[in-house]
Amino acid sequence: MPGQVVPEESAGLAVEVLELVKRYPKSSVNAVDGVSFAAAAGEVFGLLGPNGAGKTTTVGMLTTRVRPTAGAARIGGVDVVRDAVRARAQLAVVPQQSNLDRSISIRDNLIFHAAYHGVPARERERRADELLDQFGLLDRSRDKPDFFSGGQSQRVMIARALMHAPRVLFLDEPTTGLDPAARLFVWDRLRELRDSNVTLILTTHDMDEAALLADRVGIMDHGHLLALDTPDALISSLEGEGTLELTADQAADGAVVDALGGMPRVEKVETVQVTGGNGAPEARPPGPQPLRVRLYVTGDAALSVAPAAAVLAEHGLALQDVKLGAPTLEDVFIHLTGRTLR
Amino acid sequence: MSAVAAPALEQGAQWRAFRAVLYRDLYVTWREFPAFLAQVILQPLFLLFVFGKVLGTLNYTQHGYTDLLFPGLLALTAVLTAMQALAFPLVAEFGWTKEIEDRLLAPMPTSYVAAEKVLFAVLRSLIATLIMIPVGILILGSIPWRWEGFALFLFALVLGALVGAGFGLLMGTLVRPERITLLFSLVFTPLLFTGCSQYPWPSLDKIRWFQVVTACNPITYVSEAFRGAMVPGVPHMPPWVCVVVLIVSVSGLLTVGIRGFYRRAID
Repeated sequence: MPGQVVPEESAGLAVEVLELVKRYPKSSVNAVDGVSFAAAAGEVFGLLGPNGAGKTTTVGMLTTRVRPTAGAARIGGVDVVRDAVRARAQLAVVPQQSNLDRSISIRDNLIFHAAYHGVPARERERRADELLDQFGLLDRSRDKPDFFSGGQSQRVMIARALMHAPRVLFLDEPTTGLDPAARLFVWDRLRELRDSNVTLILTTHDMDEAALLADRVGIMDHGHLLALDTPDALISSLEGEGTLELTADQAADGAVVDALGGMPRVEKVETVQVTGGNGAPEARPPGPQPLRVRLYVTGDAALSVAPAAAVLAEHGLALQDVKLGAPTLEDVFIHLTGRTLR
Repeated sequence: MSAVAAPALEQGAQWRAFRAVLYRDLYVTWREFPAFLAQVILQPLFLLFVFGKVLGTLNYTQHGYTDLLFPGLLALTAVLTAMQALAFPLVAEFGWTKEIEDRLLAPMPTSYVAAEKVLFAVLRSLIATLIMIPVGILILGSIPWRWEGFALFLFALVLGALVGAGFGLLMGTLVRPERITLLFSLVFTPLLFTGCSQYPWPSLDKIRWFQVVTACNPITYVSEAFRGAMVPGVPHMPPWVCVVVLIVSVSGLLTVGIRGFYRRAID
């Protein structure tokens, strides 16, 4: 309920979310349905889930742009509903799409942002130049944001967000659509921020990003927080699970797949689409493709290689390639929801 | 309050944010001043030139027509400039540039962001309308001017600018970005021609239905108030009627407009 009393032990938390609910008008279900979590100062907290899971709505409520239907949230101890103005002073948002001011240069973008937040004139000039330098934008500081690439806009927006030294920085899909170099750059800057005690709340559907950056990850689906823990703990909750990807020398029918699925300790078999590195179908000669399957195995996956090869041999196939895999956050998500993320 | 309580953010800080946002708008206008001038002056300039100078010189209009046209064009400039200054940027900012987000997240109440938009639109409108006075002298040779009517002129000018800003706020929050061209044809053009800027309202009793239509356009009351201030000899609506209608219009438009702004700013 709005107006709940702050529990004593919550003192020191940068972000507190208590039973937050949002139902949009004309909707029959809650977009966010009783989500609770907390993040400490200097923590990187990842909200992971597919589109429509309720991540953006949750962040919208925490950043005062969406009014909660029920529940409470505090940023740096300030209630985001009752004291939205003070809450705004504590936070900054880096959206996925650029919302930079196109009428002014990027340096002015930084300076005006700081002015909105009451940073004194000399201080905001100094800080703008410092951040532009740090983000490798000094030579473009007089340019307007119009012709900036996605990665550059992202850097400018992060720099802008830091101008008023927020306690909590919200980032929406921070590196989606960035090239690998830009991605690494952003990740490095985010790690530096965490080290300077800024709390980062990132929403992402990128498993690697979540696993790499986040101290703790909350997995969301259909407005609920399904699990919340460190990436390692979440993955080890699938203890004893591994995957085994097998490629045979030629095509085969469903009987082989069924036979593989009938092996001991195999929980599930999936036929894998043969794709290139970027997800596009590989250029191959036309005709039936060789069999490729992924087995989900309890216990050590390597122990299933020999029996699987035997099953293939029984059906006149030869094993050509084997890949052993440890479970990832993606598998955790599949385990929790029965679906893949994308 | 918890141990990490935020520093107190007093009223002063909220006003500072408001002033910074206003300063940003003025800064951009100043840097693009020639574009601003072209935007606000060109249309009334041509109307003034064609209706006042060309048609007059060719004797298609009666002597004295420019005296009743000029106050009407000032009214048009006052209302439409404020409306344009608010509606178009707002549609874009909410619709696709999302530029407004940085201001909505500034440490001030959401209503301040809307109020800044209104104040800025009013300032633009005042500047544009006042610039029309020397422009009028330049084109027409002389303009009707009475210092005795100056207080009424100024009062109606501010109300006219506020009406335009209220309209702009309403349009800017109601119109979806893909419909922005419709805004021009369905709202702008009718407002332009039914605001009694090119003809005095009482003379319309010969076309009764049109007189009723023009009575629904707030620009009419600004035009008529300006005539009352500048050319009291021309038949015009009583100024007090104009002022009352304008005050009611401003209150109504701003109330609905700010509500619309809240709806767009906060889900």
